[in-house]
Amino acid sequence: SPHSSSLRPLQDIRNTVGNIPMEWYQDFPHIGYNLDGKKIYKPIRNKDELDMFLEKMENPEYWRTVQDKMTGADIKLTDEQVELVHRLQRGQFGDVHFNPYEPAVDFFTHEVMIHPVTNRPADKRSFIPSLIEKEKVSKLVHAIKMGWIKPRKPKDDTPTYYDLWAHEDPNSILGRHKMHVPAPKMKLPGHEESYNPPPEYLLSEEEKLAWEQQEPAERKLNFVPQQYRCLRAVPAYPRFIHERFERCLDLYLCPRQRKMRVNVDPEDLIPKLPKPQDLQPFPTTQALIYRGHSSLVRCLSVSPSGQWLVSGSDDGTVRFWEVCTARCMKTLPVGGVVKSVAWNPNPTVCLVAVGVEQSVLLVNPCLGDKLLYGATDQLLESYVAPEEERVQPVQWVTATAEQHGKGVRLLVQHSKAVKQVTWHGKGDYFASVVSDNSNMQVLIHQTSKRWSQNPFRKSKGLVQCVLFHPIRPYFFVATQRYVRVYNLLKQELTKKLMTNCKWVSSMAIHPGGDNIICGSYDSKLAWFDLDLSTRPYQLLRHHKKALRSVAFHKRYPLFASASDDGTVIVCHGMVYNDLLQNPLLVPVKVLKGHTPTLDLGVLAVLFHPTQPWVFSSGADGTVRLYT
Amino acid sequence: MGGLEKKKYERGSATNYITRNRARKKLQLSLPDFRRLCILKGIYPHEPKHKKKVNKGSTAPRTFYLLKDIKFLLHEPIVNKFREYKVFVRKLRKAYGKSEWSTVDRLKDNKPSYKLDHIVKERYPTFVDALRDLDDALSMCFLFSTFPRTGKCHVQTIQLCRRLAVEFMNYVIASRSLRKVFLSIKGIYYQAEVLGQPVTWITPYTFAHDHPTDVDYRVMATFTEFYTTLLGFVNFRLYQSLNLVYPPKIDSQTDAELKPAEGTEYAMDSESYLEKLSALSASLARVLAPAHEDEMEMDEFPVEGETAEQMDARKQEQEALEKHKKLFEGLRFFLNREVPREPLAFVIRCFGGQVSWDKSLCIGATYDVTDPSITHHIVDRPRVEPQVVGRYYLQPQWVFDSVNAKLCLPVADYFPGVLLPPHLSPFVTEQEGDYIPPEKLKLLAMQRGENPDDESEEEDEEEEEEEDDDKEEEEDESEKEEEMKLKKMEEQKTQSNKALPVKVTAGKVRLEDKQRLEQEQQSEEKRLAIMMMKKREKYLYKKIMFGKKRKVREANKLAAKRKAHDTAVKEEKKKSKKARRA
Repeated sequence: SPHSSSLRPLQDIRNTVGNIPMEWYQDFPHIGYNLDGKKIYKPIRNKDELDMFLEKMENPEYWRTVQDKMTGADIKLTDEQVELVHRLQRGQFGDVHFNPYEPAVDFFTHEVMIHPVTNRPADKRSFIPSLIEKEKVSKLVHAIKMGWIKPRKPKDDTPTYYDLWAHEDPNSILGRHKMHVPAPKMKLPGHEESYNPPPEYLLSEEEKLAWEQQEPAERKLNFVPQQYRCLRAVPAYPRFIHERFERCLDLYLCPRQRKMRVNVDPEDLIPKLPKPQDLQPFPTTQALIYRGHSSLVRCLSVSPSGQWLVSGSDDGTVRFWEVCTARCMKTLPVGGVVKSVAWNPNPTVCLVAVGVEQSVLLVNPCLGDKLLYGATDQLLESYVAPEEERVQPVQWVTATAEQHGKGVRLLVQHSKAVKQVTWHGKGDYFASVVSDNSNMQVLIHQTSKRWSQNPFRKSKGLVQCVLFHPIRPYFFVATQRYVRVYNLLKQELTKKLMTNCKWVSSMAIHPGGDNIICGSYDSKLAWFDLDLSTRPYQLLRHHKKALRSVAFHKRYPLFASASDDGTVIVCHGMVYNDLLQNPLLVPVKVLKGHTPTLDLGVLAVLFHPTQPWVFSSGADGTVRLYT
Repeated sequence: MGGLEKKKYERGSATNYITRNRARKKLQLSLPDFRRLCILKGIYPHEPKHKKKVNKGSTAPRTFYLLKDIKFLLHEPIVNKFREYKVFVRKLRKAYGKSEWSTVDRLKDNKPSYKLDHIVKERYPTFVDALRDLDDALSMCFLFSTFPRTGKCHVQTIQLCRRLAVEFMNYVIASRSLRKVFLSIKGIYYQAEVLGQPVTWITPYTFAHDHPTDVDYRVMATFTEFYTTLLGFVNFRLYQSLNLVYPPKIDSQTDAELKPAEGTEYAMDSESYLEKLSALSASLARVLAPAHEDEMEMDEFPVEGETAEQMDARKQEQEALEKHKKLFEGLRFFLNREVPREPLAFVIRCFGGQVSWDKSLCIGATYDVTDPSITHHIVDRPRVEPQVVGRYYLQPQWVFDSVNAKLCLPVADYFPGVLLPPHLSPFVTEQEGDYIPPEKLKLLAMQRGENPDDESEEEDEEEEEEEDDDKEEEEDESEKEEEMKLKKMEEQKTQSNKALPVKVTAGKVRLEDKQRLEQEQQSEEKRLAIMMMKKREKYLYKKIMFGKKRKVREANKLAAKRKAHDTAVKEEKKKSKKARRA
């Protein structure tokens, strides 16, 4: 064409590489091969950006300069070529002379012409009726006659409504409607949803921030309350369709369940208990504080007469107090942590057992009636050693003169540290618990004969505490989770009580002997009725922290528990003689006074033998009396 | 032990439930078909009581349907229609593929369709059941009727929804059963009492929808399909109950009043009727001429076991209701063009008022702006320039608030450009201990017939008293602190006075507040009793108490917020006054 000839320079450097992507030659100095097979080299282009820019600015023909891809040469477009480009851009035909809107000339006209288009005579078959068509028509006619083909019903898209419930039968409820759970209705809007709510319902900045940070499912409101000053200003709610859709999803996807909402008056849930006033006497107020110990007071014991109190502390002393005056009568340094003290329950004997480190000291405090404590000394001295030496698990040692002066009469030396000492009701026997893992944990000693024995052949776990039955020859051994009851006469296990606690800390027995309470480190108190069952009759969870000690009163129906939360809870625990009536347990007083130190609160609790008073000793180094 | 070994999960609850997938397989339906069937038949999953038992020991999250429900679906004739439709689609696709256009036309003509009448009857055996479940149906129809007629769903559906919605609104007007209206930020809530059942629905504000992409319109369309059927039958029955003609016809008298020329100008013939109906300004034709039904008095049958007081209360309630129905009777409203016409016209007409608007705004205008008998002109612009004497210019909130208050509120608060009083929700009934906004208190006083101004002052005083009560406790605490301080000071004094000769001063008798002591004792007793509660009861008790406390806390918070706001407003007022004086 004329254009191409004018495009081509005079020298014919036709590229023979064909219609290929030219970037294949990007990295080569040549751009293809001419007809002779020689390389065509790319024109040298050493213009940088600045040169390009200058050329763009200076060359008036720059806009019509294009690069030939095949040769890499710059070509200036002629006016005709530019015109062609413009036309193509406008979507017109490239050829200027082509007219796309020429008048259309119909090949056939709609007018009936007098002459036929062709000169050919008409076929015969165009004059006679078609047999095939006749067959088809007759088939249709037959089908219509037989009623196989029906005329189309007129279509009516509009639904027709009628009285659907004209004959409604309320009894015709289907079986499935028994299990039918109707969908709950949508929640009705509150004041905060108003377009002009009272100002208190609008969210403050912080609340708004909190709302935005919440998960959409957690939000209490699914919108931010807003105030518009007039109805005109209210915009469309962007989540309207969403909410409808969510409702639809809830209706067909959400599992439904009938939930009975408890509609209880909370006051009705509180059990009706007898009033504490009616259950008096019980300790109510703090009366005395016994100060003197410099470290935590671990153990307490009171004399059977109720006149003296003995306390053992971590500061290595045992102190004797007069109960009514809070006066420290005597201080006995023992040189070790006092784990346990126990006053002999026999009123004719004045003797205190003190568990210190590896030994149990039998101390005559020399308090009260001189005749009484003199008699005790005589009793101890009247011991005559048997002829034949018996093998004993412990050593009985008579106190040295120095110790004798302080009041110590006998030493029972164990192989391991002593945890607990407890007397039998008669006051001759006492039991000691040793922190050991063997069968030597529990030992029973007889003071008058200075004779000890090991009742168990096998260890059944870590023994926490032991207890003598006040009347019958039973012996209670509390391990971590169980309390075992042994018959001492028959030498057999009679019962095993499940405490339902993780770790029993202490145990006390009702003076009647049929009920036991166990305190545990998991802040539970279990009350056992021995006649009833081996499981607790009641588990009381009054304390917030570990229970350290529990105690029964000898005369009044009271028991107390001391805990690490610094409180002593006194409960009324009435046991009826009638075996059919269950014990009545009523908490009557929460006594507070001790200040918890080192995560320890009250360590020991004890009732006065005759009065409705309770002693407690705590980690703050004091002993307190509540009356 | 003799007998066969009992196998697990072969009896009991495990056999009463079926998972969705198994149900689908049993019905031999695809998931979309199953979904559609569930929606139409109102089958929903059930949450079993012991999920693990039902799930055969597994704790995987699964949805369970009742086996009975699924068996009930097995016999549904619509399932066959679904299958027919599937076949139809297959044939159509084939015809398209072969370019057999005549076949396509024929197939399209014979497109299988189904009716939902029997399902409606089955799901709602009695009419009252249907009315109870009308909320969602109405909300959905009102939403669909506002959709643009493009793309999102069939135009016929939208038209049908619009028609049904208009019919229902006309029924509510004719029966005067609207009770409450609420302008929320989401839309307008209406509550009507239809044959003793409260029916609540929400309509969006009339704006173009921004169609969300994360919404499955097929699900919504299926719901709408059912809801339109339900609403159609309900409408029919409702119209019948009022002796109205169904499909509704405009009363011939009023029809004549509406100029026919206007109608043709406004819309095509086919549409103008619906438009006229939806204008809500004309009353409907009745089958029988209204034979003074309204004046007929109901005979009274005293219910047994009902005291005279209860009877009186019921009677009073009835009277109040009648009065409420005729709230706007005799008032003539005119709506300016910027207020939302449909909701206002609907509400006003529901309470017996007459309403009109500019002729160019909508079809069905009955009188002009210049009509001197207009009593209330509803305006929503800051200022109205040429005000006509003899009518109130009010903001639209007045209408809604009056309806909710059941009396025509004083107009002064609602003049154009005035800061409006808060719009309260009529759906909230405050129980004891709940927070009640002061506006509501004022309103309640007004309903009781007391003068609101005096009342507000008294209330203020009361509030102050309450505050005093609150303060008391704090004071007690502060008293204690003071006592402690005094004690300390005394101690210091005694120490400093040690050098001086010992002096004994007369001690003061400490008065013990008996009431307080008693209270303390009681509270301690309660605490002790709570300690003795059983674990389960204690848990329940704590839960209830926690809920109560939270409620109180929330109420207190709202009250405090309100107080802060009020003081801020007062200070601002003072400041502005001072500024004015200066």
